[in-house]
Amino acid sequence: MSKLPLRARLATTLGDAATRVSRLTGRGDGSVIGGVIGLRLAPDLLAQLAAGRQVVLVTGTNGKTTTTRLVTAAVGSLGLEVASNAFGANMASGLVSALSGAPDAPYAVLEVDERYLPAMIEATRPRVVVLLNLSRDQMDRAAEIWMVARMWREALAEHQDVHVVANADDPLVAWAAMAAGNATWVGAGQRWHEDSWCCPECGSHLRRDELGWRCGECGLARPTAQWVLDGGSVIGALGGVRELGLTLPGRANRSNAVMALAVAGLFGADVDQALPRLREVTSVAGRYTTVQRRGRSLRLLLAKNPAGWLEAFDVLDPARPPVLLAVNAQIPDGKDTSWLWDVDYRVLRGRRVLVAGERRIDLAVRLRADDVPFELVDNVDAAVDLVPAGPVDVIANYTAFQQIRVALGRQA
Amino acid sequence: MTQTGPGGSPAGSGSAAPDRPSALRLVWIYPDLLSTYGDRGNLIMLERRARLRGIAVESVQVNSDQAVPAQGDIYLLGGGEDLPQVLAARRLRADGGLAAAAARGAVVFAVCAGYQVLGSVFGGAEGEPVDGLEILDISSGRGDRRGVGEVVADVDPGLGVDRLTGFENHQGVTRLGPSARPLARVVHGVGNGDGTEGAYAGRVLGTYLHGPALVRNPSLADLLLTWATGPLAALAEDEESWTRRLRAERLAAMSA
Ligand SMILES: [Zn+2]
Repeated sequence: MSKLPLRARLATTLGDAATRVSRLTGRGDGSVIGGVIGLRLAPDLLAQLAAGRQVVLVTGTNGKTTTTRLVTAAVGSLGLEVASNAFGANMASGLVSALSGAPDAPYAVLEVDERYLPAMIEATRPRVVVLLNLSRDQMDRAAEIWMVARMWREALAEHQDVHVVANADDPLVAWAAMAAGNATWVGAGQRWHEDSWCCPECGSHLRRDELGWRCGECGLARPTAQWVLDGGSVIGALGGVRELGLTLPGRANRSNAVMALAVAGLFGADVDQALPRLREVTSVAGRYTTVQRRGRSLRLLLAKNPAGWLEAFDVLDPARPPVLLAVNAQIPDGKDTSWLWDVDYRVLRGRRVLVAGERRIDLAVRLRADDVPFELVDNVDAAVDLVPAGPVDVIANYTAFQQIRVALGRQA
Repeated sequence: MTQTGPGGSPAGSGSAAPDRPSALRLVWIYPDLLSTYGDRGNLIMLERRARLRGIAVESVQVNSDQAVPAQGDIYLLGGGEDLPQVLAARRLRADGGLAAAAARGAVVFAVCAGYQVLGSVFGGAEGEPVDGLEILDISSGRGDRRGVGEVVADVDPGLGVDRLTGFENHQGVTRLGPSARPLARVVHGVGNGDGTEGAYAGRVLGTYLHGPALVRNPSLADLLLTWATGPLAALAEDEESWTRRLRAERLAAMSA
């Protein structure tokens, strides 16, 4: 901290004060407001705060917050402090808050909004950039995803010292990462194919088989992975196989964990050192938390876009307890509910389905088209009243998820 | 070609034989290039509203490395990003199948980027003019800003379609030539950019309402089905009530 210029020190101090005020007044967890004030006082604050640290940036459409948490845990196994924006505040201001809150941490693992990756590479000079996946998300305000991939590619081409850890199974991600000076490829899998049927290089229809994807026209192909997710196990860069045994559920989190192990490997932490720390992660910013409510056990799953819903369905309790779906369309969700038609809801047939959220009628029409019977409810408590004691799965998009957490109180 | 039912399940016999006029043949053009946000919804709605009336349906998805079949009854084109849109236009011009189908009177329904592709020219990734298919007498370019948000528009009374409600997300500006008619007059939103929204001529119809435009506009879905199969029976009240509720909610939100 003392290495910072006076103006930057003043800015972080004021920012910290604002963070505390924001928490005390109950206006949020304070992770953004402190950074906003700090940035106004010193525009290059982020660069100064990042200087001299080993920075890891984590980005992608889905799994950023969870993977940031897993990478933090894995790198933390080295025994040194790790700064991190653990609550998903992933614009410049959130990064400033995270770094100023841990001035002496030699490592920083930072979630970054996918559109801001080039600017954040410029500002933080990361040693490692983690690229998870790219798919359609909030298209009323987000850039087109081919454009995002091109932006990433150009930024990595400019900063050849960055080591990228990238999902080889996502063609858009792999194409962007191929421009990097150094790459560790992870066979993390790809469930959602709807945004990568065509070659990012030449636009031809991609071929997919058990070896991965390849373009018959220009020859672009899946890079060979050093780390592979194989069912419930990880195959490490040195060939060792370990059962992951995560507490976090689902295939998407197993993918995220393998990415985290690959990052930790770059910093010298081997799988046996890092993996126990990953198993300790039970919930991330309320996601995957189980909350008790009048005898019902509600498990909270966040799903913000079609690929995210596919991942959430993968995690549903196979014992088929009731499931509550909640959809809003506020600005953080995207104002457009068209994406509902990209989700195949037929997997919910045979479950009792309750529907809530500000756009529940959109969801009702969608479920009807898939012949999935449903019941409309006003909120999470109304759903709790309707179902018998026992487990309930809850899937909600961003602001609907936050509303449910607020309604359920401190536990969530 | 991939045979699919609603939402992508396997369905249909795999034959698209022209001697089976009893089955309505839906052709989704290039979902690998032209499908950004909920475009599948239009296919699902057409399939559903036809089947509920006892009309057999065969749906095919034609990827950009496949030939466009000649014998479809309704051809659907979705939205797309700039680069895929340019590639789709180039391939459809080279293929020729869609233009031939339109010329013999098949129904064509296109949204957003797909709508622009039907015209003589549209704006590419850098705004450069790109040749379209010349199936519809429109020409498009890039406007100064993106039109993003809810759209309300009153449809040409000759079509007998209820007020349009939907969502747009595009930077296109479209001018209609003398042989195309505006689909609707904009009440709220941007549409073509001159107070009109969409265009149609014969059985070819395009709109800037993106994604699942037919979900909130079942009478537009029925217009397309009528063009393809003739007069339709009414659907049961419980089928229409949820959609009616959704329309009322969205239209009320725009007039508030
Ligand atoms: Zn290629």
